[in-house]
Amino acid sequence: MTIELFLFYMAATVALVSTILALTRYNATHALIYLIISLLASAIIFYLVGAPFAAVLEVVIYAGAIMVLFVFVVMMLNLGSSEDDQEHQWLKPGMWLFPALLCLILFLEMVYVLSVPPHALSGVVITPKEVGIKLYGPYILAVEIAAMLLLAGLIGAYHLGRRYLVDARKQR
Amino acid sequence: MRDELFIYVIIFSTLFGTITYAAVLVWFERRLLGFWQDRHGPNRVGPFGIGLAFADILKLLSKEDWVPPFSDKFIFIFAPTTVMIAMLMGFAVVPFAPGIYIADLNIALLFFLGMTSLAVYSVLLGGLASRNKYALLGGLRSAAQMVSYEVFMGLSVMGVVMLSGSFSLVDIVNAQQDLWFVVSQFLGFFVFLIAGIAETHRLPFDLPEAEHELVAGFHTEYSGMKFGMFMLGEYLGVILISSIMTTIFFGGWLGPDFLPPIFWFALKTFILICFFVLLRAAIPRPRYDQLMSLGWKVMLPLTLINLMATGGILLWLETLS
Repeated sequence: MTIELFLFYMAATVALVSTILALTRYNATHALIYLIISLLASAIIFYLVGAPFAAVLEVVIYAGAIMVLFVFVVMMLNLGSSEDDQEHQWLKPGMWLFPALLCLILFLEMVYVLSVPPHALSGVVITPKEVGIKLYGPYILAVEIAAMLLLAGLIGAYHLGRRYLVDARKQR
Repeated sequence: MRDELFIYVIIFSTLFGTITYAAVLVWFERRLLGFWQDRHGPNRVGPFGIGLAFADILKLLSKEDWVPPFSDKFIFIFAPTTVMIAMLMGFAVVPFAPGIYIADLNIALLFFLGMTSLAVYSVLLGGLASRNKYALLGGLRSAAQMVSYEVFMGLSVMGVVMLSGSFSLVDIVNAQQDLWFVVSQFLGFFVFLIAGIAETHRLPFDLPEAEHELVAGFHTEYSGMKFGMFMLGEYLGVILISSIMTTIFFGGWLGPDFLPPIFWFALKTFILICFFVLLRAAIPRPRYDQLMSLGWKVMLPLTLINLMATGGILLWLETLS
């Protein structure tokens, strides 16, 4: 077993374990930390299969920005131990039945896909430049649509925040 | 030249050097502040008071390491280590001199941005785990401040990437043979500097720990070496930001031949660190809403203008040739 393959299986194990822990924690903050670790582990997997750009984006955007906002929201909620107990009551073992069934279907599919042609780790390294050219070449429409969606979200958030500010000023 | 043993030597000396430097910087900063404010500063322990750095470490290590019973213990202990690890990882991509670096990734600059964005968790989780109103407010502030300044930090270096055509820090330094990027990318440098101060939450942008309104912000409940790690992480951040700034805007190790390249790198970084201290001595702390509106209303348009102008000029030059 080469060192790369060993690292891959180690990162994959970390990702699996931390994802399972993220799903089963009753404390929201602990769950988020495990989710962040799982994202970092998948960043290492991306790097190992020859996509360093995707790996770094995983860290910068998912782990570094989106998850920070998740933690931010959890902080605002000010959860305590009483909420943990509540979660404990809500999350009954029976709840896992249907999701587990759906996961089983995916798992069987994955076993089939893996068993047919031997897909090894891809040998090519995809550089940031190639990703950029692909994004602004054939996939330009997707980039534009995503940009417009973000702009709409930004304007919407500004509009809501502004009305709140104007109301607050009137009351004063 | 780059055999395995050599890399281990570099890794060890980087770890040892940066942590020692950060510890001595605590003393050096206070001495420099004293000098600029026309007073002596700490000058009692050892020659020039340099023994203060070691006295500080001894004090921090021997203090009671208290974990508050009301805190979230798992996260409370986990938080201060994050900033240390993230900042030290950032040094992995810094090229100190030709051949003297730990890794020359083709995504080095993005790797640095990723590591600084992970450092946010330290402050955020520290504030959250303390279960203290002041700490929580400090953590909230830091999250908003660091996440928004990260945006401008990332955008401000894109001009440099355009000019050098690479994310690799070694290539970026080599592209500055004729002209340092601080000249051609002055707006980018300006925004990076301010975003760098906000990222390391140094004075004047130390709102997550503003003493007169938040007691000590996110590290109110921390004591002993856990507090020391926050402190050390902050100084490591200053050194990291200064060395990255040297690399991408001030030509890294490049300089006249009469001194070795690593000396030029150290000198430029040292001057930038002194500049960080000078800012602390000279500028008062802004209000929180002023900080955020400065970011989104001034910094963001500036970086976008810089980005558009750089791209436009590059395309124009391409059509000329």
